[in-house]
Amino acid sequence: MSTLGILLTLTVLAAFSYYIGRKRSLALATPVKRGGNDLHSLPSYYGYLVVIWAIIPALLVFVLWSSLEKPLLTSSMMSHLPAEYQDKSADELSLTTNRIHNLADDPAQMATAEPVLKAAAEEYQQMRSMSQNIKTLLVLALAIAGIFIGLRYVKPKTRARNQVERVVQFLMIGCASIAILTTVGIVFSVLLESYRFFGHVPATDFLFGTHWSPQTAMRADQAGSSGAFGAVPLFVGTLLISFIALLVAVPLGLMSAIYLSEYAGPQLRAYAKPAMEVLAGIPTVVYGFFAALTVAPFIRNLGESLGLSVASESALAAGLVMGVMIIPFMSSLSDDVINAVPQSMRDGSYGMGATKSETIKQVILPAALPGIVGAFLLAASRAIGETMIVVMAAGLAANLTINPLESVTTVTVYIVKLLTGDQEFDSAKTLAAFALGLSLFVVTLILNVVALHIVRKYREQYD
Amino acid sequence: MSTTTEKVKATLGKRYAREKRFRFYGIAAIALSILFLVILLTDIIGKGYPAFTSTYIKLDVQLDAQTLGVTADSTPEQLRTANYNAVVQNSLNTLIPDVEDRKEKKALKSLVSGDAQYELQRQVMADPALIGTNQSVWVLADDDIDTYYKGNVDRTLPENDRRIKDFQLTWLDKLEADGRIESQFNTILFTRGDSREPEQAGILSALIGSLYTLLVTLALSFPIGVAAAIYLEEFAPKNNFWVDLIEVNINNLAAVPSIVFGLLGLAVFIQLFGMPRSAPLVGGLVLTLMTLPTIIIATRAALSAVPPSIREGALGIGASKTQTVFQNVLPLAMPGILTGTIIGMAQALGETAPLLMIGMVAFIMDIPSSVTSPSTVLPVQIFLWSDSPERAFIERTSAAIMVLLAFLVSMNLIAVILRKRFERRW
Repeated sequence: MSTLGILLTLTVLAAFSYYIGRKRSLALATPVKRGGNDLHSLPSYYGYLVVIWAIIPALLVFVLWSSLEKPLLTSSMMSHLPAEYQDKSADELSLTTNRIHNLADDPAQMATAEPVLKAAAEEYQQMRSMSQNIKTLLVLALAIAGIFIGLRYVKPKTRARNQVERVVQFLMIGCASIAILTTVGIVFSVLLESYRFFGHVPATDFLFGTHWSPQTAMRADQAGSSGAFGAVPLFVGTLLISFIALLVAVPLGLMSAIYLSEYAGPQLRAYAKPAMEVLAGIPTVVYGFFAALTVAPFIRNLGESLGLSVASESALAAGLVMGVMIIPFMSSLSDDVINAVPQSMRDGSYGMGATKSETIKQVILPAALPGIVGAFLLAASRAIGETMIVVMAAGLAANLTINPLESVTTVTVYIVKLLTGDQEFDSAKTLAAFALGLSLFVVTLILNVVALHIVRKYREQYD
Repeated sequence: MSTTTEKVKATLGKRYAREKRFRFYGIAAIALSILFLVILLTDIIGKGYPAFTSTYIKLDVQLDAQTLGVTADSTPEQLRTANYNAVVQNSLNTLIPDVEDRKEKKALKSLVSGDAQYELQRQVMADPALIGTNQSVWVLADDDIDTYYKGNVDRTLPENDRRIKDFQLTWLDKLEADGRIESQFNTILFTRGDSREPEQAGILSALIGSLYTLLVTLALSFPIGVAAAIYLEEFAPKNNFWVDLIEVNINNLAAVPSIVFGLLGLAVFIQLFGMPRSAPLVGGLVLTLMTLPTIIIATRAALSAVPPSIREGALGIGASKTQTVFQNVLPLAMPGILTGTIIGMAQALGETAPLLMIGMVAFIMDIPSSVTSPSTVLPVQIFLWSDSPERAFIERTSAAIMVLLAFLVSMNLIAVILRKRFERRW
């Protein structure tokens, strides 16, 4: 049975088990006035109890089996390959695996395949269909057995509600833990691949090297046969573009937040605020398109008319547009902290005869400063991690420069660049993307933790 | 008057000027931000609206059995492979006679899109009785011609600097004088998948791909997010290490760069579990992990807005904690939860970077049929088209952006309306 078929059958079985569980409990109950045998819980809880028994074990086995099926079958199939295939390097072996998978998926290719691979693909197909059959049988058997076990628990004495509620709570805890699992998944996957990368390239070369050229030549005797993985130009490029973006976003965002929360009447607030929030809702790919096709040529022409030489994919264009994207982020975070400053502080300042702007500059901003710093850090983390704008509007040249008119490239650009297209999964080139991802994750994580800490620590500590 | 008052009076003008300047900066900041928005939108709309029409050329075709090599009684397979190309060629030759030069002949053929022969094929296969008759058919013009009619080719440029040559222009002028050139609404944009030929490229496959991806995201992130939020807000013990860890984690995940989620998806779902590349299933899983924090945070806010009296009332008449939450608190919090979910879905709809990592950048023409078939999504389609060298793809990219923005705006509108409609003051 196909995956969808199994899931549908399970759904039908769930509905059925609810129905009979509920029915059985009603049959067992006798009205109190006829002497007793009262149900502990509402009938529907007995229904749910049977559903839990029927579905949860079956579903667990199903998910586990489905996720482990392919890797296990593949490794078993590969171990049956003749010795000359076994001895190949990891790269070639993974190519062979892919080839066999493709063969097994597409019978049309079978006719033209090499005999050894064909045999392996046929074996794989066979094992796969067997595994599918066993899985279907096992899951359905578990579900039906579950119904029977569940029905045995349908007795008036069973505390069905408490049991169902306990299961529901466990499910909720499981859902909440997904956040932790995600973080663990990110850390492990990125760390593991980076570790393999640092086996090829020393970490010091990566962190302090100033030459980035991940293209490795096909043959050892060609120029640039080893590639160079000094990531400093990427880090500098990322910082340069983020700096430009923050130069746009922080003053504009902060000033608009101040104006909207301190000066603006309700009318202006009602229109200007949502209008600015639209900026935050626009997908980054749109900003990238705008930066690459409109802003970059504009800056280039402007620069040329002033007699400057501007690269067609300048850091300035990407940074400016990224700054516009971050404005609403900066302004809404600052708005929150400015609003959190209590009115009594303002009144005190006005009472001393200060003007509104003096109050803002000398009382409100200092009071809100930690929150604003937190907002700034979050905005910086966003700028550093932004991908599409720089992929579309920044260049690929890993220049070590701080001239905003030149073309630079960023960490995220190269993660995308290295992982899209056809590469083997074990070369230093592909693994480098994970090392870049690790550095990106670590930097943004530190910024986020510090920012969240600051924002939380200083929030509403005025009275 | 005391000296202090004098001092204050003396500086008063300056202070008021400073006040005015400060206010001006504030207004300028808001005006600049909104100006950027207006420039962005006008730029996109200005570039994109021509894509909603395309240029068609009327051909008088002779569908004679000899040129086609089939008769009305042929099998569908024979009809499918008949020589429609020759028919198109012949009709062009009769329209513009006396073309001898090989180069010019080729240029003549390239006036119409490669779709012209398939248009004939569709018509003949729908009605084989057409064979042997003469028909006038509107066929799609090539993208270069289309671009020319949209005013993007400057006739005054030297011939070598433009893609349309002088002899082609004289043909076009002749065709136009005969009333054989017309601009029609571009239905292809909404009914077809991607294509290397801009005039035949559409966004339908990307739309369907987006739909599948969003369905997977919604099906997973809504129940998981709401359950997690309910636990954290209503059941979790306070000052518990694990609960604090989960909370900090969720806040952090909301700020992790999206591309890192792509790396996670690539390493875990594709490499470890061997799920198919470029499938909406994997895209949906990755986007689920990304949107979970948004939904959880919104749901918690909605739950905590429900006043304790509701809970106490339910508990007071003997409901269990779980019953209270699921039967009393949750329904009241639902509008807020739905608003948060829609906003999360809108974010997911516009997301590109993590989907590039899991291989959704592939060139895919076919309309995806299930969550595991290869597909692309709207933002990725925009990204792919923006890279294409043809001039005609720029307007199609902008048009696709307009469609995407229309979806986002309507989703956000629904969220706003929902919030307004069900907003409740306790």
